[in-house]
Amino acid sequence: MTGPRGARRHLPAIAFFVTPFAALFALFYLVPIGYAIVQSLYKVERTGTFGPAREVFGGLAQYRRVFTDSPFWHSVERVLLFGVVQVPIMLGLALILALLLDSGLVRGKRFFRLAFFLPYAVPGVVAAIMWGYLYSPNLSPFTAVTANLDLLGADLVLWSIANVVTWVYVGYNMLILYSALLAIPPEIYEAARIDGAGVIRTAWSIKIPMVRPAIVLTTVFSIIGTLQLLAEPQVFRSFSSAVSSTYTPNLTVYATSSVPNFHLAAAFSVVLALATFVLSFSFLKFTQRRGAR
Amino acid sequence: MTVLTRRAAAMLVMAVCTVYFLTPLWWLFVGATKSGGRGVGLWFDHFQLGANVRAVLTYQDGIFVRWLVNSVGYTVGAAALGTLLAGMCGYALAKYRFPGREAIFNVVLGGVLVPATALALPLFLLFSKAHAANTFWAVFLPSLVNPFGVYLARIYAASSVPDELLEAARIDGSGEVRTFFTLSVRLMAPAFVTIFLFHFVAVWNNFLLPLIMLGNQKLFPVTLGLYTWNSQVDQRPELRGLVLVGAFVSLAPMIIAFLALQRFWRSGLGAGSIK
Repeated sequence: MTGPRGARRHLPAIAFFVTPFAALFALFYLVPIGYAIVQSLYKVERTGTFGPAREVFGGLAQYRRVFTDSPFWHSVERVLLFGVVQVPIMLGLALILALLLDSGLVRGKRFFRLAFFLPYAVPGVVAAIMWGYLYSPNLSPFTAVTANLDLLGADLVLWSIANVVTWVYVGYNMLILYSALLAIPPEIYEAARIDGAGVIRTAWSIKIPMVRPAIVLTTVFSIIGTLQLLAEPQVFRSFSSAVSSTYTPNLTVYATSSVPNFHLAAAFSVVLALATFVLSFSFLKFTQRRGAR
Repeated sequence: MTVLTRRAAAMLVMAVCTVYFLTPLWWLFVGATKSGGRGVGLWFDHFQLGANVRAVLTYQDGIFVRWLVNSVGYTVGAAALGTLLAGMCGYALAKYRFPGREAIFNVVLGGVLVPATALALPLFLLFSKAHAANTFWAVFLPSLVNPFGVYLARIYAASSVPDELLEAARIDGSGEVRTFFTLSVRLMAPAFVTIFLFHFVAVWNNFLLPLIMLGNQKLFPVTLGLYTWNSQVDQRPELRGLVLVGAFVSLAPMIIAFLALQRFWRSGLGAGSIK
């Protein structure tokens, strides 16, 4: 690394490296965030019922509507429930598969790694269309299941969607965890071998603690992904009447902006982004504190 | 438990999971070969994949081909350029000390935690103001930004580009930018490939941004096109078959690319996930 004195000499080069990304980041990340906040502070006012609409500063009026909008908060509850169940199942399965691939018990590792990872090549929209067909009683090859279980009904459709997300992302998370397992230096296993620790013992007391950062990373990405759930439920709306236009927070944003009520939609976006940020950030801090102990 | 039963148990888990992960893809393949879009069944009858694919590609004057080309344009362009920009930025953050370095890194890291979907609506409003919504650029330009790529590039550059080497290049009279493009890029190649692949998949899968931004069907990426077809199935039943075959056609190149590039998926990931 070059010191502070060298930095001045290299300033043109540093500017050359950093500026293009920084400019795009500012334009397409920071400016939109700022703009959303500004938009959320305005409201549309009409003089009389049919009078011309004017945009006026409304202060926190939109936020008052956000906080009293019960469909929105129902959708937040729904994705939180979804996340509490789906994220541990998905990451648990990903971790088990990664540990099995790394355990030396499995033959044909390359094949399995690829087979599990392949669904990640399927875009969420396409995966949802595919599973939507598989769940539909008159289209599915699994008639024994679909005849007895209404997978697209109000009771189960959330978990049917959870299955789609799990199917797509287990392999991706498995790959991240498996890469972390491969990066553990082999000397570390020596002591365990001498102590006579078995496969399960080694996995539990050495491997899992060593790949903790990767587990934290995948969890944060999964939390963000869950709160942003959009493509899959949006597709499911054409398979199931139980999926309303406000089924997830992001669907609410989309539905509100199509009304169109951009000011309210912007306020929803801001609240959602803030909630996502706070949740993933506090999860990071929480795990860091526990990790430091 | 003996080693043998352990091995058998492990292989059983692997086999069950293989069935779970591959059956839907197999079903889609079989469904794409049937006539009339009757997706039922896991085995072939009346194999007519060629005719089905032709029907999809020629429907409405070949709009599907247009969607595929659009997807490739959005994705390859944004991922290639986006990877280069993220790589340069991450490299500078790792290899130079300069005022504002930590601030930039922290802001970018915060960007990783801000969901891209929260940006779609304000981006639409901004592009509308500039009369540029419903254009190629409205989807392409925002797709260039990949904060996680900066993070990965920084970690990888810190561990794989030795300062002594850069110092030696300086003594040889090589400029900083030239050193980056001739030397550092090569050392960081695994990270670049990984960043490119993740960026590629992220843009290929992007749905909300084109959904909000685009009204003109001719600009749709293939995901949005398939979604539109699927939501019109009730009014136009002939689309049911086309959706399945179209899904298959859009997946085939991705799956082939995954098979061909599989060794690259791992190489750059380990560095990012252990630290």
